[in-house]
Amino acid sequence: MHNGILYLVTQDIREALLPIAGSEIIVNLTIMALGIALMFGLVTGSALIFTLLERKVCAFIQVRIGPNRVGPGGTLQSLADMLKLMSKEDIVPQGIDMWLWVLSPALIFVPSALIYAMFPFDDGVIFADVNIGLFLILAITSQSVLPFLMGGYASNSKYAMIGGMRTVAQMLAYEVPMVFALMGVVMLTGSLKMSAIVEAQTDVWFVVLQPLAFLIFMVAALVESNRPPFNIVEGESEIIAGPFTEYTGMRWALFFLAEFANLLSISIMTTTLFLGGWHGPEFLPGMVWFAIKVMIMVLVYQWIGWTFPRLRIDHMLTFGWKVLLPIALVNVLLTGIGIYVFNWL
Amino acid sequence: MDGYIGIGVFFVITLIFPFLALIPARLLQPRQPTPEKLIPYECGVDTIGKNNVQFHIGYFMYALVFLLFDIETVFLYPWAVKYGELGLFALVEMFVFVGILAVGLWYAWKKGALTWK
Repeated sequence: MHNGILYLVTQDIREALLPIAGSEIIVNLTIMALGIALMFGLVTGSALIFTLLERKVCAFIQVRIGPNRVGPGGTLQSLADMLKLMSKEDIVPQGIDMWLWVLSPALIFVPSALIYAMFPFDDGVIFADVNIGLFLILAITSQSVLPFLMGGYASNSKYAMIGGMRTVAQMLAYEVPMVFALMGVVMLTGSLKMSAIVEAQTDVWFVVLQPLAFLIFMVAALVESNRPPFNIVEGESEIIAGPFTEYTGMRWALFFLAEFANLLSISIMTTTLFLGGWHGPEFLPGMVWFAIKVMIMVLVYQWIGWTFPRLRIDHMLTFGWKVLLPIALVNVLLTGIGIYVFNWL
Repeated sequence: MDGYIGIGVFFVITLIFPFLALIPARLLQPRQPTPEKLIPYECGVDTIGKNNVQFHIGYFMYALVFLLFDIETVFLYPWAVKYGELGLFALVEMFVFVGILAVGLWYAWKKGALTWK
């Protein structure tokens, strides 16, 4: 019934393995392990590519050349960065809350990576197509506030503390409009299943039916993932690096890894919820369409980030609570009336 | 049920992964702590006063308003899923519920809970 390439490959593997393994459970476990390995490859691999891409895009927008020394055209720059971060001294500052301080960079990676389990990459290619998919994604992403607060509190540094508090304030302010904006998508689909949301966009993409929600989601997603121009958390000119101030080497790299995993995941979410997911003209397979759309969204988010100046924290909170939230509420009302009138006609 | 087991396994592995990434780094990196190096960063000078600074009530008000709105959204989601099937009832319900939310927002706004002080 599904015809995604990876889905068909999975079916072939399943058939080939069944006589060797003997039992259904072992085959299922093998496929699960393969899926998890692929997902981790995607998260870490994309972080390696995006560090370079980010610097190249930034350089292009600021009319510079960007990294061009390591490897041909600077392509090995991210590998050099990784080696440098791994060999850097791990400074444990005095007076920290050890447990919270160690756990913070580890826990920040969990919500960023875990939501990949619910993303539909192609027809039938989804790690866990649960019936509360979208709701689970929202629930998991909202947990990413805690590690920031933990890191900020445990670091025993004023800058880290202020940064941690600001992160919480900003993420809370934009989570409400985001959840309300996505309600329009859910009302149109009538399901929280991620595959059903993509299925509902076979004829019309939701960006056409929900333009307001699309814009609200884009702004809120940038804030939730701490991308510039909303990276108040690590506003270098004000609070050094926010909650990351006291972290060095590999621990700091984990924050970085989570940030790039977030960049990819907000692009995937925009594509899945508003741009039709893997749908596209027949001449290319669904997965390729999905990859193209996601890459375009990644570039759009980087373009926005490097074009606008960073906002001030009080302006940002005011914008979230007093502008985006009322618009999101109006969007819910308009969607409700629209669906009712459309059904009545 | 299969999906949730998969997510559970995925969750455990995401918990382990960061520590796996820290082990090779531990083998490569030097560790030479000196007292000056371990002082919390404060623009190059010694820290002045207590580091665990206390925060004003502004943050708390934002968090409180967020809590109320977030709980309301949780209640609205089941309604949003069933919206297409319920017809006129859902439409009326929507005006009532969003109306309550709007009044709540207006109240918080007028009371100054949404103003950065």
